[in-house]
Amino acid sequence: MVTLDIELGSLKENLLEMLDLVKSQLAKSKKALEQVDIPLAQEVVEREKRVNALELLIDKDCENILALHNPVATDLRFVLSTIKIAGDLESIGDITKALARFIEKSGKKASRTFVDKFQIHSMIEICISMLTDMGEAIQKEDTHLAQKIAKKDSALNEINKNAPGVTSELIKANTDKIELILKLFTITRKLERVGDFIKNIGAEVVFHIEAKVLKHKKG
Amino acid sequence: MKIIEAIDVNAYYGDNHALTNINIEIKENTVTALIGPSGCGKSTFLRMLNRMNDYIEGFRNEGTLLIEGKDIYKKKVKLEDLRQHVGMVFQKPNPFPKSIYENVAYGLRIRGVKNEKEVEERVEKSLKKAVLWGEVKDSLDKSAYSLSGGQQQRLCIARTLAVKPSIILMDEPASALDPLSTAKIEELIAELREQYTIVIVTHNMHQASRVSDRTAFFYLGNLIEYGKTSDIFTNPKIKQTENYISGRFG
Repeated sequence: MVTLDIELGSLKENLLEMLDLVKSQLAKSKKALEQVDIPLAQEVVEREKRVNALELLIDKDCENILALHNPVATDLRFVLSTIKIAGDLESIGDITKALARFIEKSGKKASRTFVDKFQIHSMIEICISMLTDMGEAIQKEDTHLAQKIAKKDSALNEINKNAPGVTSELIKANTDKIELILKLFTITRKLERVGDFIKNIGAEVVFHIEAKVLKHKKG
Repeated sequence: MKIIEAIDVNAYYGDNHALTNINIEIKENTVTALIGPSGCGKSTFLRMLNRMNDYIEGFRNEGTLLIEGKDIYKKKVKLEDLRQHVGMVFQKPNPFPKSIYENVAYGLRIRGVKNEKEVEERVEKSLKKAVLWGEVKDSLDKSAYSLSGGQQQRLCIARTLAVKPSIILMDEPASALDPLSTAKIEELIAELREQYTIVIVTHNMHQASRVSDRTAFFYLGNLIEYGKTSDIFTNPKIKQTENYISGRFG
């Protein structure tokens, strides 16, 4: 095995570790929201530092591989796509932290009915499922799976599309809770972005394996 | 416009089938890198372009090798004319044991240029094109051996340019040079591409990717893949090419 293979193998391990960490952050946020578990939400906020640290580690590894090994072809595409995937995962980490902060501050006030109306649990569930499949797609270099996952994003888009109507309906019936309702509306927007980030990750997996650029293409 | 065209070219050293059915077209004013592991046939192909292999015992070839549409292996072809047209720069700088000036003037003199003013002009022009003039203009009478390795290689390039070739063959021209001299040779290749067609054999993948427009990957006497250098180094179509350029074999 050439040295570059060892470096690329280690880079892939770190990337998958980051993906697992982000997924676990989302799962914990979901549980914290369901059970109004404030300490768990605080743990998510605290662990976001680990997500950032992994992004920096991956960036440094990529910089070293580019400078010291001058990768070409598939190897080069893997390094380039890894830099972008790590950036997308870090953004998902930020959104998860924002969700955890909401639970920390407003979790006790947010009634289950409101959360259910916005289908926030379903959205988080879809995001976790997408990340699980994406981890498998990266591990197995499966572009078919990577593209299939991207299609799940449409379920998130659909929920997000209904969110303004839900917001309006809830505000009319609960004028004393407008701020809380708007916060929940913002969360649906952010979770929809998580779907977009995972879709971008799928495009990077396809770029790495097949050298095809899917970014900015419709569908 | 294509300047070099190989059609079903085969080459043999005795029983050793060194090149098998090579088909390739090279356009003028481009730099083409020939890459591949040792013994793959790239140097054999390069040397065939000015018939350097003719002197090797047991060498024979088949197929057609056209330069500017003319078959260079036809009997009527004069080797001196071919080699004036297709110059060669070797791996190790090989200046003659003469002055810097006479090294460049040599090719002109043996080709019958007697007018000293013309010789002077062409020596200066060639040294300028080889980006060496500024470093040697005050020491043209000094021995070529007084130059550094990198300067000697540029002197050899100037010597090649003096006889006005249209194609320059380079056989690992920077492999014996330090990084700074290598960079100068690479800059020079980039400048020469404007007026000449360059075919370069190199074992240095990064050099191939830096200096060439197109890359041809040879393996076991076969031309495996030939295409734009940017495509070969980012998305090669053949797995063998990818394994070679990424250092996984060869």
